[in-house]
Amino acid sequence: MAKIYAYVTHADGVADDVAMEYIEAAKKIDSSASVTAVVTGSGADLDKVAQSITSLYSEVIKVDNEALAYPNAEVVRKALCNILDASAIVLAPHNTFGMDLCPGLSIKLDSAFAADAVDFEGVDGTSLKLVRQELGGAVSTHVTCDISAGAVITIRPGAFAPTEGGSAGGTVVDKSGDAGDLTSKRRFLEVVEAEVGDVDITKSDVLVSIGRGIEEEDNIEIAQELAEAMGAVVSCSRPIVDAKWLEKSRQVGTSGQTVKPKVYMAMGISGSFQHMGGIKGNPYIVAVNKNPKAPIFQVADVGIVEDILEFMPALTEAIKEM
Amino acid sequence: MEILVCVKRVPDTAENEFELNSEGNDLDRDDLVYSVNEWDNYAVEEAIQIVDNVGGSVTVVTVGDDESEEVLRREMAMGANNGILLSDDAFEGSDGKGIATILKAEVEKGKYDLILTGAQADEGAGQVGGMLAAMLDLPYASLVNKIEVDGDSTIKVGREIEGGNQEMNEIDLPCVLSIQTGINEPRYVGIRGIRKVAQVEIPVKSASDLGIDASNVGEAGAKTKRVDYFVPDLGEGAEMLEGSTDEIIAQLIERIKSKGGLA
Ligand SMILES: Cc1cc2nc3c(=O)[nH]c(=O)nc-3n(C[C@H](O)[C@H](O)[C@H](O)COP(=O)(O)OP(=O)(O)OC[C@H]3O[C@@H](n4cnc5c(N)ncnc54)[C@H](O)[C@@H]3O)c2cc1C
Ligand SMILES: Nc1ncnc2c1ncn2[C@@H]1O[C@H](COP(=O)(O)O)[C@@H](O)[C@H]1O
Repeated sequence: MAKIYAYVTHADGVADDVAMEYIEAAKKIDSSASVTAVVTGSGADLDKVAQSITSLYSEVIKVDNEALAYPNAEVVRKALCNILDASAIVLAPHNTFGMDLCPGLSIKLDSAFAADAVDFEGVDGTSLKLVRQELGGAVSTHVTCDISAGAVITIRPGAFAPTEGGSAGGTVVDKSGDAGDLTSKRRFLEVVEAEVGDVDITKSDVLVSIGRGIEEEDNIEIAQELAEAMGAVVSCSRPIVDAKWLEKSRQVGTSGQTVKPKVYMAMGISGSFQHMGGIKGNPYIVAVNKNPKAPIFQVADVGIVEDILEFMPALTEAIKEM
Repeated sequence: MEILVCVKRVPDTAENEFELNSEGNDLDRDDLVYSVNEWDNYAVEEAIQIVDNVGGSVTVVTVGDDESEEVLRREMAMGANNGILLSDDAFEGSDGKGIATILKAEVEKGKYDLILTGAQADEGAGQVGGMLAAMLDLPYASLVNKIEVDGDSTIKVGREIEGGNQEMNEIDLPCVLSIQTGINEPRYVGIRGIRKVAQVEIPVKSASDLGIDASNVGEAGAKTKRVDYFVPDLGEGAEMLEGSTDEIIAQLIERIKSKGGLA
């Protein structure tokens, strides 16, 4: 069995949650496999991260270089190609960094690639079986991946149970000397922070959240009336912001806001993982969708198959009459 | 600026309720509504806007079957200048690397300054752009939500990162970028626009036209293979409320109250 490497992303000296999720993912690939963590970065922050994950991993490879201070995927790829053996199974998160790094890394390592795994079902010979989703979560699939010459696999953040604590008592191995030439044709300039909007949806206990099911800009009023009746605030999914119908600050999801309401009313939202990724704190999720097969019904607490353009006004009236 | 945009014909997630076929190994594709991948429309719009500003031309390319021609025509109706269909039985069953291998062969036949893909397509992989770039040894940036053309040898690109923040980069040309939704507002294409380009010749290229070894693509070359599809049972998670709308509303209000969502 090939060795499994887990690329641990981090910020401000703290490992991302995915560091705890790789352990479970690796076990599901091969319960006897050893997992080595790899961290790249620079200076004291990197040392802190490397040390902090020795409780989870028996071996932590660190690569320290000024050029890796910001995780520019092209630079990270160069370093990894010099450090990993080609038959390795490399795990990374399916997020904006993993999507940037991993497809190209698999080409350079000449290994197989699989994106956004939500589960693994073990290895048969050189064939790894995994579960992923297609069509925005509407269908799931089993996929086999020929790992005989290694594989790069991104895992969905949050899909694997985190390993808390841990007592691996690992050691940090410094491979900074092996990183090689880290010049890049893509150069990081700066991070521009998201703009602050007119309302802070993260402060509201109840959110009436609309998705593409709202159909037209003029219909947003219907959601506003319901929100008003409930003492709630209107939030939305990404297509509503892309269409410029609401401000970016109202978007819930991995590329928007993280919210922790008591009640989340998902109105005409299909339930993609990027959207659901912005909902934390286990709120009571109400989903109204005219498609009985909408994936949101798998994750909501209560589901209603109705047309939101008729259901929301009716609900508004009923609440007003209370 | 010579720009190539890779586009894909995909089942429309907003228009379909997906069912499996009787064998359970594929979607029931008989009545599926297809359209161009949402992300690809943004990529084509961006390419057209860049060419409007600095000159050049936009070519759209797809790997697909005869029916994929319609998405090329749609993007040409938007304003793309040329369309190319890469089609061969040997391409069927390609994994992401196979698709990238086919596209690479076509890229090498032209001279492009900029190659755009969508950030992801129907399979939710987001893989083809990054693979293509690595195969071509070109720099790559994914999830691009801003492009500033400010030089002949480099451009500035913004990448969308978590929380809606934006990572600005300078990147050497030629390069490959995957485009995120929201970067622009793709123009509307009417029936008349489609009619205008209905007669335009779209070259179709096969594996041999492209000089591709068929064993490297298609099912034969795929290391990653879909075995089956499955759909969880309806409402496996949620409690589904049923009855008349009034009854549903009464039940819902009760539940929301008990969860502290209504006074
Ligand atoms: C890197 C990346 C980051 C992303 N970040 C985010 C993010 O932060 N937030 C986010 O939301 N998305 C994000 N997305 C996009 C995400 O993948 C989905 O495309 C998006 O969430 C879909 O939004 P939706 O559910 O509103 O639309 P759709 O998926 O189109 O769903 C619309 C739903 O409305 C239903 N419907 C239609 N009409 C009606 C009606 N009249 N009544 C009732 N129901 C109706 C349909 O059945 C369907 O289920 C991201 C994508 C990528 C690649
Ligand atoms: N068959 C194809 N033909 C042309 N381009 C494709 C094809 N498949 C994927 N792409 C491009 O790659 C992008 C990402 O798709 P994917 O990697 O499949 O998620 C799409 O938005 C397209 O730009």
